[in-house]
Formats: sequence, structure tokens, C-alpha cells
Amino acid sequence: MPMKIGDHSFDQRVSKGLGETHMRETVRSAQGRLHTNKSKAEEDLGNWEDWRTLSEEIRSHTLENLDYYLEQLSDNVIKNGGHVFFAETAEEANQYVKEVAVKKEAKKIIKSKSMVTEEISMNEALERAGAEVIESDLGEYILQIDDHDPPSHIVAPALHKNKEQIRETFERLKGYDKTSKPEELTQFAREQLRQEFLEADIGITGCNFAVAESGSVSLVTNEGNARLATTIPKTQISVMGMERIVPTWEELDVMVSMLCRSAVGQKLTSYVTGLSGPREEGDLDGPEEFHLVIVDNGRSNILGTAFQSALHCIRCAACINVCPVYRHVGGHSYGSIYPGPIGAVLSPLLEGYDDHKDLPYASSLCAACTDACPVKIPLHEHLIEHRRIIAEEEKKTTRGETYAMKGFSVTSSSPRLFDMATRAAPIMSSPFTKEGTIDKGPGPLKGWTDVRSFPAPEKERFRDWFKSRKKEDS
Amino acid sequence: MAQGTVQNRESFLNNIAEKLGRERRRSSVEPPTYTKQPQWDIMVDYTTEQLVDVLKEQCTAIHTDVKEATIDELPAVIDDVMKEYGAEKAAVWDDLRFAEFGLTSFMERPDINIWGSAPDEDDIKITEQADVGITFSDYTLAESGTVVLMNGGGKGQSVSLLPTYYIALIPLSTIVPRMSQVTRKIHEEVQAGRRTPSCINFISGPSNSADIELNLVVGVHGPVKASYILIDDL
Ligand code: SF4
Repeated sequence: MPMKIGDHSFDQRVSKGLGETHMRETVRSAQGRLHTNKSKAEEDLGNWEDWRTLSEEIRSHTLENLDYYLEQLSDNVIKNGGHVFFAETAEEANQYVKEVAVKKEAKKIIKSKSMVTEEISMNEALERAGAEVIESDLGEYILQIDDHDPPSHIVAPALHKNKEQIRETFERLKGYDKTSKPEELTQFAREQLRQEFLEADIGITGCNFAVAESGSVSLVTNEGNARLATTIPKTQISVMGMERIVPTWEELDVMVSMLCRSAVGQKLTSYVTGLSGPREEGDLDGPEEFHLVIVDNGRSNILGTAFQSALHCIRCAACINVCPVYRHVGGHSYGSIYPGPIGAVLSPLLEGYDDHKDLPYASSLCAACTDACPVKIPLHEHLIEHRRIIAEEEKKTTRGETYAMKGFSVTSSSPRLFDMATRAAPIMSSPFTKEGTIDKGPGPLKGWTDVRSFPAPEKERFRDWFKSRKKEDS
Repeated sequence: MAQGTVQNRESFLNNIAEKLGRERRRSSVEPPTYTKQPQWDIMVDYTTEQLVDVLKEQCTAIHTDVKEATIDELPAVIDDVMKEYGAEKAAVWDDLRFAEFGLTSFMERPDINIWGSAPDEDDIKITEQADVGITFSDYTLAESGTVVLMNGGGKGQSVSLLPTYYIALIPLSTIVPRMSQVTRKIHEEVQAGRRTPSCINFISGPSNSADIELNLVVGVHGPVKASYILIDDL
């Protein structure tokens, strides 16, 4: 599946999202729980701000020296007996993986969850080469059998589906005959997939963080599917975005601790696995052949720009879990496999503004995302920068035209943000802002506000807003 | 091990350096001294007893049963857990510690497969059919309730993964506060020029998923239940 999802316009997607009551309820309750778990994990740790500072320093240092660390990583992978392919484009990456599959005469390929392989549409490429590709992460499996429904959340990809819909899908397509209890649904998927693992010729994984000093790939999971994919098949291919790397195991400790806490509120997930090359002499499991594919696909264009820190992202989804806009419209409205605040920042950077220029406006600039981010990416400032660039571009082509939808960005009650945003772009906002609530407006604004008026969260502190919402919900 | 291959590296990395607006960096890059290092403050002065308390508490959060045993009691406690699980067939590591901890006769039972002993190297298949996998813990993290397994050779990574249940044998001498102590150790090994084991697992309880409406379901692709047996070896 490409990064961009579907051909509907931003307006259409938002309207559809607002109409799906099931989805909206599921998302709302999930978001609340994820956020609560994260807050608790932060409190447990005590000095969260110090951890964030440390994490930011690690990510900045690594990205500033990315060429050095990638060279060190690849040197160590080949020393361990693995193969490394640097892929500038999605096509190059897919071509390489396809060649490995053909050489291995692979019929069945089992995959654990990986956003970057979604981004480059690797499954489709492999299927065209005649291999069967099976997603083994429970959420991804559900989406795959349901006619490749796109993911709506980067940690919990099937978040938009409720258990009754999942039961129905299993029944219709896999002959499932039990109830919609999550336990029974999960047990069914376990049985179906265990056999696939035993038969698979190749296991494909993503990579949470590579470790330069030892040529290792780390995988952070709860289900154990990434372990299976790297234990049984004779060939392993791991695919990583080029920025997903740390210098040493000491930094890995910090980043994994932050990822687990921020993503799911766990101290560590059930499995954190460090894999260093293929099996060694005398080993009886693990892959005999190991390939690491390092993907650029537009990332290097972000280096050296005002957006560089977007590459610090560790894909924890904390920004998504606090975003009031995501809560309101759901993941599919973003039209990209990367939804929420990070998606609104990243999608236009990786794929250009043409397909994604509405996304920087899918934000109330309340800065809750920036506050939540464990590596301190100034997400809302990046969104403002995007708007500034888009406005400049449009000024060039349509001469000074102002865009009504930009009104969504600002309320007059936040002087700092108001200043930043008005400096950044010509905006007509106040006509639609009534006492801090955005009510009616043209264009997308109408869609967003159709169901009920959308709060302008910066008036109250976001946390307070979130608390009061929760009370309303319960 | 034969050296692997690398493709497209130079142009890829040159492009990165160019985008960063400088020459390629090929040497003398070291991680800086970070201004904050909160990981080292956690449970620094805890005694083993205190760490054990933290571990036990955490195990309730990760759905993992904890039993305690002296070395003498160990065989009986393992049997108890297996009985609870209704488990008969076990897969275990080929690991000297089993003998050191008085488990020689346990290991000689017919329904136990010691990793690497199956005919035709069919260990994966036999382990997949086992009811329970049993390994020692190489390091144990109190904070997260984690056993760390340095796999390789007789210590097959399948043993803690493929059977329906998992039992970790945890000598108290392996307990440290958190992940930081272990990753530092691995880092030091790397610096000393030793190869990192091809698979290191940090395991915290049984496998689980929250992919369906965020409901936690314990037992997905890996073991559906896990028990830790703390062994007093101090
Ligand atoms: S931007 Fe920050 S909060 Fe959002 S997914 Fe990335 S690391 Fe997590």
C-alpha cells in the first residue's frame, strides 16, 4: 500500500470519518486509554523531562552524524555475515527484496509489522513477483484479510474496527464460527498463523532501531510474531528507514524505554529482540541468511532543512493519541499511512505537497502533540512552517489569494500561536471563531464542524480539556 | 562466518553528507556526554531483596506467575508449575546450569528435549510440539520484570518462543535494576571486540496483543502463559 491512501479528497475523507459512528467511538475510547497509560508510565519514571532531554540529544547527535553511523552499521552487518542494500528509492528497495525472493524461490513470505514496507508498497511488489505475503501482526492480519483495509494508527493499525466487524470478517473470509470475544478472535488468528510461520521461506521485519556499533537490528513487540519471523524461516530481510538507528546499545536502552512507555505505557513490551546477523556456527535456529535494506525514499531531502527534527521520530504514536483532531476524524481522514500530527508533518515531506497539502491544516495548533512527543519534536511549529511554505507557493500561483480553510488554524485566544501563525500565513480566522469554539466555516472547516462544534483547545490547557472530555464520555 | 556484501553505499552516504551540508564523516565521531542521564539513578542503591520485591510487583502487571525456590526445592517447584499447566512435554536449553542447579535427573526424563539433541536436527519441530519451554535467565531486570536471554549454540531461541507455556529459571544473582545495566555490559563486550550473540531476547511475560479494540489478550504468537521461578543462589 502506498503512503497515500485512496483517491478521495480531504473533504470527502473527513466527511466519511465523521459519519462513521462506530469508528469514532472506538477511536475515542482507545485514545483515552492509551493516553492515560502513557501518563502513568511517565509518572512512574519520575523525571520524564530529563528522559525527554536525553532522548532528544541522542536523536540529534545521531541524525547529525547519520552518514558515519550508517557506515559503521553496514560494516558491522557484513562482518557478522549479513548483506546490506542501500535503497535510495522505494523501487530500488522493492527490486532488491524481489530479487532475494526469486533467488530463494520463496513461495510464502511472513511479515511482522513494518510501517516502512507499507510506505514503499513492498507487499504488492512481492505479490507481483508471485510470492504469497502474509501479515502476522494481529492488527495487520485483520486489515490484510479484509481486502487490504488501510491502517489508521501507526501502533494499533486496526484501531478503527470494532470486534463485531472483525468477527464478521473472520467468519466471511476464514470460516470462523465463534463469538466476537477478543480472546477467541485472537486464538483463531494464532492457530491460522502458526502454520504459516512453519511453512514460510522468508521472514520480513521492520526495524525499531538499528545499533551501529554491533550491526544489530532491534524489534519491539508484544505478540511474538517478529520473533517467529526471525526464528523459523531460513532467510530474514529487515527493512529500515535510514534514520532508525542509534550509536550503541546504551542509547538503545534509552530509546526503547521511551518507545515502550510512550506507545503503550509499558515499561518494556513483552519482547525486545536484538538480532545481529544470521545464525552462527552451531546454531540450530535463526535465519541462515540475513539482509538489511536501508531506505531513503525522500528522507534525505529533510536533512539540513527546518524540518530535520521530524526524522527524530520513533513512531510511538503519542502525538496521535493526544490529538483532538485525530480523535474527531479518525486515522483514515489523513489519507496517508502516517496519520495524526506526525503524519501531517511527514507525509508532505516524503511525498510532496500535491497530495498532502491539506494535512498541515488538520490541526488546531494546540501543541498537545509537541508536549507529548518523547523526543521533543516541535510538531506544531513544523505544521506552521508547512503552512507558511504552502501559502508562499500559492501566492506565487494565485496572487495573494487567501484560503478560508486556514481559518481552522488559529483562535484569537492564544496570543503566541496567533502571532506565529499570522506571521506565517495570511489567515482569515476570527469570523469563524465564536468564543473559542470554531463553529461554521467554508470548505473543510464545514466538514470538521458538522457533527458538533469543535473545541479550540488552547483556551483551556489541553490536559484540562482532555480530562473534561473524559468526564463527558463516561 | 563469511563476510557479507554491501551495495550502493557510497552514493547513498555521500548524498546524506551533502544534504547535511558538509564532507563525509568517516572517523572520530563519538556519542557526546549527554546532559541528563536519569537511567542511572533508578534503584541505584537497592539491595537484592528490594529488587526482588520490585520484580514481583511488576510481574503482577505483566500477567506472570512468580514462584520461589531454594536449589533443593527447584525440581519439585518446576513440577508444580508444569502440573498447573497440564504440561508433559518440555523443551529445554543445553545449558550447564541445569546440572549446577541440581536438575540432572529432571533433564534425563524421556519427555524432555534438550536443544540440539533431536535426530536430524529436528529441534524446531519437536520444540514447537512441546507444552512448555524452560530456560535460565542470563540477566533479570527488576523494573520491567524481564528475563534476558543470550541465545546461541545450545541455547536455542525457539525454546522460549514456540511451546505453549514458558518457564524462566531466575537465579537471584542475575537480578539488576533495569535494562541499562545489561545494555552497558553488551556495549562493553562490543568495545572489547567480541561479537554480539546473533539473538538477544528481552522477555517480559507472555505474549499479548491489544489490537482488538485495545482489549488486552494474553497469549498471541508466543507462549500463552509464563512463570518465573526465583532461585535463591546467594
Ligand atoms: S512525532 Fe514524537 S510523539 Fe509523534 S510518533 Fe513521532 S516520536 Fe512519537
